[in-house]
Amino acid sequence: MNQPAKARLVLSDGKVFEGRSLGKTGSTVGEVVFNTAMTGYQEILTDPSYYFQIVTMTYPQIGNYGVNPTDFESRKIYASGFVIREYSPVVSNWQADRSLDEYLKHYGIVGISEIDTRALTRHLRDHGAQMGMITTEDAPVEALLARLQDSPKLVGRNIVQEVSSAEAFDWPLEPAQDDNTDADKDAGKELPYRVAVYDFGIKFSILRILHGLGCRLRVFPAHTPAEEVLAWKPDGIFLSNGPGDPEPVEKAVAAVRQLLGKKPIFGICLGIQILGLALGGKTSKLKFGHHGANHPVKHLPTGKVEITSQNHGFVVDIDSLPKDDIKITHINLNDGTLEGFKHKSLRAFAVQYHPESAPGPHDSHYLFKQFIEDMK
Amino acid sequence: MPKRNDIQKILVIGSGPIVIGQACEFDYSGTQACNALREEGYTVILINSNPATIMTDPEFSDRTYIEPLNVEAVEKIIERERPDALLPTLGGQTSLNLAVDLSKKGILEKYKVELIGAKLDTIEVAEDRELFRNAMKEIGMNVPEGGCVHTLEEAEVLQERIGFPLIIRPAFTLGGIGGSVVYNREEYAQAIQWGLSASPVTEVLVEQSVLGWKEYELEIMRDGADNFVIVCSIENLDPMGIHTGDSVTVAPAQTLTDTEYQALRDAAKKITTRVGVETGGANIQFAVNPENGEMVVIEMNPRVSRSSALASKATGFPIAKIAAKLAAGYRLDEITNDITRQTPACFEPTIDYVVVKIPRWDFEKFPGNDRRLTSQMKSVGEAMGIGRTFKEALGKTLRSLENGWSGFHANGMADYQELTREQLTDDLRFGTPDRLLKLWKAFSIGMTPEELFDITKIDMWFLQNLHQIYEFEVHIRDASKTPEGLTRDTLLRAKKLGFSDKHLGILTGRSELEVRKLRKSFGIVPSYKIVDTCAAEFESFTPYFYSTYDEENESIPSDKKKVIILGGGPNRIGQGIEFDYCCVHGILALKSLGIEAIMINCNPETVSTDYDTADKLYFEPLTYEDVLNIIELEKPEGIIIQFGGQPPLKLAIPLEQSGVPVWGTSPDSIDLAEDRDRFGALLNSLGIPAPQFGTARSIEEAMKVSERIGYPLMVRPSYVLGGRAMEIVYDQSGLKQYMTSAVTASEDHPVLLDRFLENAFEFDVDAICDGENTEICGIMQHIEEAGVHSGDSMAVMPPYLLSMSQQEDLKEYTRQLAKALNVKGLINIQYAIIFDTIYVLEVNPRASRTVPFVSKVTGTPFAKLAVEVMSGKSLAEIGYKFNDRLPYTAVKESVFPFDRFEKADIFLRPEMRSTGEVMGISNNFGASVFKAFQATNVSIPKKGTVFISVNEGDRRRMLPIAQEFDKLGWKIIATQGNAEFMKSRGLPVTPVLKISEGRPNIVDHIKNKEIDLIIKTPLGQRSRTDEYTIGWAAIKSRVAFITTLSAAEAILRGLRTYGRKPFEYRCLQEYYGK
Repeated sequence: MNQPAKARLVLSDGKVFEGRSLGKTGSTVGEVVFNTAMTGYQEILTDPSYYFQIVTMTYPQIGNYGVNPTDFESRKIYASGFVIREYSPVVSNWQADRSLDEYLKHYGIVGISEIDTRALTRHLRDHGAQMGMITTEDAPVEALLARLQDSPKLVGRNIVQEVSSAEAFDWPLEPAQDDNTDADKDAGKELPYRVAVYDFGIKFSILRILHGLGCRLRVFPAHTPAEEVLAWKPDGIFLSNGPGDPEPVEKAVAAVRQLLGKKPIFGICLGIQILGLALGGKTSKLKFGHHGANHPVKHLPTGKVEITSQNHGFVVDIDSLPKDDIKITHINLNDGTLEGFKHKSLRAFAVQYHPESAPGPHDSHYLFKQFIEDMK
Repeated sequence: MPKRNDIQKILVIGSGPIVIGQACEFDYSGTQACNALREEGYTVILINSNPATIMTDPEFSDRTYIEPLNVEAVEKIIERERPDALLPTLGGQTSLNLAVDLSKKGILEKYKVELIGAKLDTIEVAEDRELFRNAMKEIGMNVPEGGCVHTLEEAEVLQERIGFPLIIRPAFTLGGIGGSVVYNREEYAQAIQWGLSASPVTEVLVEQSVLGWKEYELEIMRDGADNFVIVCSIENLDPMGIHTGDSVTVAPAQTLTDTEYQALRDAAKKITTRVGVETGGANIQFAVNPENGEMVVIEMNPRVSRSSALASKATGFPIAKIAAKLAAGYRLDEITNDITRQTPACFEPTIDYVVVKIPRWDFEKFPGNDRRLTSQMKSVGEAMGIGRTFKEALGKTLRSLENGWSGFHANGMADYQELTREQLTDDLRFGTPDRLLKLWKAFSIGMTPEELFDITKIDMWFLQNLHQIYEFEVHIRDASKTPEGLTRDTLLRAKKLGFSDKHLGILTGRSELEVRKLRKSFGIVPSYKIVDTCAAEFESFTPYFYSTYDEENESIPSDKKKVIILGGGPNRIGQGIEFDYCCVHGILALKSLGIEAIMINCNPETVSTDYDTADKLYFEPLTYEDVLNIIELEKPEGIIIQFGGQPPLKLAIPLEQSGVPVWGTSPDSIDLAEDRDRFGALLNSLGIPAPQFGTARSIEEAMKVSERIGYPLMVRPSYVLGGRAMEIVYDQSGLKQYMTSAVTASEDHPVLLDRFLENAFEFDVDAICDGENTEICGIMQHIEEAGVHSGDSMAVMPPYLLSMSQQEDLKEYTRQLAKALNVKGLINIQYAIIFDTIYVLEVNPRASRTVPFVSKVTGTPFAKLAVEVMSGKSLAEIGYKFNDRLPYTAVKESVFPFDRFEKADIFLRPEMRSTGEVMGISNNFGASVFKAFQATNVSIPKKGTVFISVNEGDRRRMLPIAQEFDKLGWKIIATQGNAEFMKSRGLPVTPVLKISEGRPNIVDHIKNKEIDLIIKTPLGQRSRTDEYTIGWAAIKSRVAFITTLSAAEAILRGLRTYGRKPFEYRCLQEYYGK
């Protein structure tokens, strides 16, 4: 019985996994991380925060429901590679219009299947996320390791500029660009709030939710100066999610520092890190990050626990924030890391996790409403 | 919110006897709950009528009542114990319904008992179909078109509005009893009437059927602070139309996008909030239209359920334990996840494997009944398998079922050879117990997944996966014919797809052992992975493993002394909770001896597969291959096979031949006791009488044997469980018929023939032997005469008709047999006494079904003692002595699933058909019998109407019984013959018409609930149809019936006591004098 070509996943510490090719053949390099969500691979692949990362799905059966024209978070696949245990060539869902393999091939994404993803996950858990390469080439491991050595790293690099849109654009997109657009049904709908969005690699779900709550949205490139944003006369500023290390995203940090106090600010994921840095906090890298859809986060003001969607390798150090100005609002119950804070006097708040989920539970949509309240 | 300090005493109500729809999963959840509550310092008072449960062991609660689960008993116990709270959500539907009754009757209010876990209005909204539908509409949920009806007239009005097909579901019932799918008016009227009588509140929900829609269940938990998590999603392979308990189910959901899954999650959250599950677990069922994703809510259980037990085993998240803590006031984030020990229980488990559950049915025991699966559950057990993929998990589950299947494969299934395409299509459309194998058959005759989707509506994802397995099977068969044969690559891929060695052997013309050798020569051995709730994101500490053929092995054997116990596999009739009880005790004993206890089992309903029970749990099939793989990895000191019933016994000899050290009685002794010829020789040499017997490998041989030993004969196939196909034949034609139609005798499978002892008293003796000395554990007397399977009969302990000298003889025979069989551990012997002669009927040198009952009655944990004996201790060292002077009487009664099988023969036979047991205990035989009878969930009033119908041979013995009923103030009715007989002896009898004599006849009276008790002995073949009809009417109308005169006599003793003064209720701790 025919099987796909052989493929290997080589980690920078020398560990090698042998499997079968998925998607495009060839080679790809990125930071290898694992995601524990059992559903939502399409959203994950198209999430720009996964740029430069090779994503391993811990759930072993992937591809079951194919790919559909609505559940995407950006215009293409951003993950640089995809690692799974078993690929399903069978697509079974009424919405699907193609298979995952076709989708990966279409965007030229190199993937690997048939490997012991649990062993890989345990390795990453114990030894930390690290650079890796998926390849269908027949080269010796030493040569591949050398190539890995020479390839660019994640820490200290501003990769946000590589995913942020080059020019500002308005949301919703035209139907031609987005099958899932609200443009038609919302035509003539009143949009009382003008929200300027800093695009560090934004997920469309965030825009869809804000728009649904009555926001007129303009999405600005990550390096846009504060004045330019203010010139559009926004009611609020949104700091988006995005990939990689926040520290090198200096222009955005500087812009946010200027915007603080001028307009209400809401940040998600990389957005909280940018806001944290702007407030004088520090960020650091987690050993293997949080990537999944089952993280318990406690909302401190109410004591209620939200099950959240998460995707971050960096985090704002909880003790680095100015205590007098900042109130911690959310913490992660698994490891006690910072999940949310607000400024005590200025209208600015942010969360580390993804209230828009996609994929993941919808427990935290109230945060978007809170932002609307801030703008009122 | 920390735990509540305003309550100290909590009453827990168990689920009672094992019945279809409510099995030992509630022992698992109840045991967890009792442990969790006591861990928090609460005093736990437990009521459960089922003595075979772990939860009713006296060390699991402070006050353990084995009493009927009815309002009368529970009120008395509440009055005595004055609990502060009642936790009703862990004992299934039984416990929930009882809590509702207690609450509505004002009893909880009167004694100031607070309902915790679920409030009355929560239970009512969730269980009352109409309230639930309205609540769903109120929060904007879709429900199928329909409504609730309380009369046939209402039902007809509703039907005209919504058309056919319709699904009918009675309120407040379990396991879909009384439920059905109907396609026409005639069926509809019948179904409505049955449904109304099955519902304790006479309410039936009629809904437009969503047949063929995809079916999902979500297991949820919610705490008092509105924290909400989904523990597990479950997708049914069999779409809507087949009861979820009868469906093949898969966790997690496989064919939903995240958007669709989150829509279900959002709905579940809304529903839970609306219904008001405040603290604990619940499950919600949804149907999803595969065409467009449209979703409707089907139902909700505001309690721990069968699915939650499965979800707990599937994810490692202990739902019942956490539900109990939530009920005691904790919040989810205040409870730690046992597995990671650092993260809180307030999270949603994520899994990195696939779990498949397949039900196990026992239709063979109910011949003549339609094997099609419906919305009414009929399975008696289930097996679960874990693998890294659906295909692997499916293969493992199929071979866990203990029905001879070796995988997704139906070669050699004789029944399938003659199956026409039409029949096959028809069976596939409705679903039968072997639906999966019929899909294989369909592939093998060239049907495509697309065609099969049109027929079955099983999701294409599942069908295609099954087809992939089928295609690989073809590939293996072809590959094995090539010169290079079965390569390493092919073999490894086959193992990853879940193929068993046995299946591969069939495909490649090898024995299982040859495949094993070849596989090992290629270095292909399984690895074991941990079930950890978090997909390896965090380090886990709970040693709960499953095998797979992935690279990394996570099960590192310790260097401690260790022993493996083999479990009992899926429950079925004759192989149930009793064996799990023994396994759990075995584990506890090993632990207390400082030996690492390793459990292997594949039944998700059990306490033995709670990862908290053993030191190490392997959730694996009980096959030679899978067990030996673990043994080769763990290298245990010993392996215990005598606790798990039939599945481990089957493996005893092959495992011993592979050099595995078997602890306790040797497999050869067990074999000797099963082998009629060897055993007969042994009895002869000991001079112990036994009924004459013979073995036949053909009809001719059988005839010869019958000439030698005479009729009546007890006939059965060798090596069977629960008296399968066991019958009494009275003459040559009966024997001929048996040999030709009931069994196929052959060289390997001879038929055993024993002289049947008529009107003998039967006794069960359990004993323990250390290889030298033997002590009796207990002597039980059966109330019914020999000829009724011991698993089905009522048993009394201590015996009520046994002289001292007979007792001494029983002891002596038992000693001799135990010694001769070199028993190390437990032995069970069945004796019959007739005219002062004691005969040995059967010897089982292993833990038998009666061990829990005997242990519970005496307060001595015999399975534990057996392990001590196996570990090398002598009985003298243990210090156990038989006490034959119990100051109380306990009665075991059996519970039957006749309510699920319209054509069930209600008369007790040598073939076991009961699913569960209950116990009545008191100082008085009559009261114990009556309590046991009440505990089977039929009520008999102090006075009422009794219908007596016995055959001519029984009339003389019946007369004093009838006189006694008359004296107690009962009205007696009978059909002509019996009526005249009684009248002529001066008894006032009201005559009634037979079915054939016109209307209103006896069946009408039963249906009109004018009869409270039926005493009926078999009238013979010609009356069979009438008897089925009367039996079925009695079952549907829930009228008590008794089918032997000895049982009638026993009940009378109970009635006499019951009429005189109210029963007393005492807990086991009091009976034991502790």
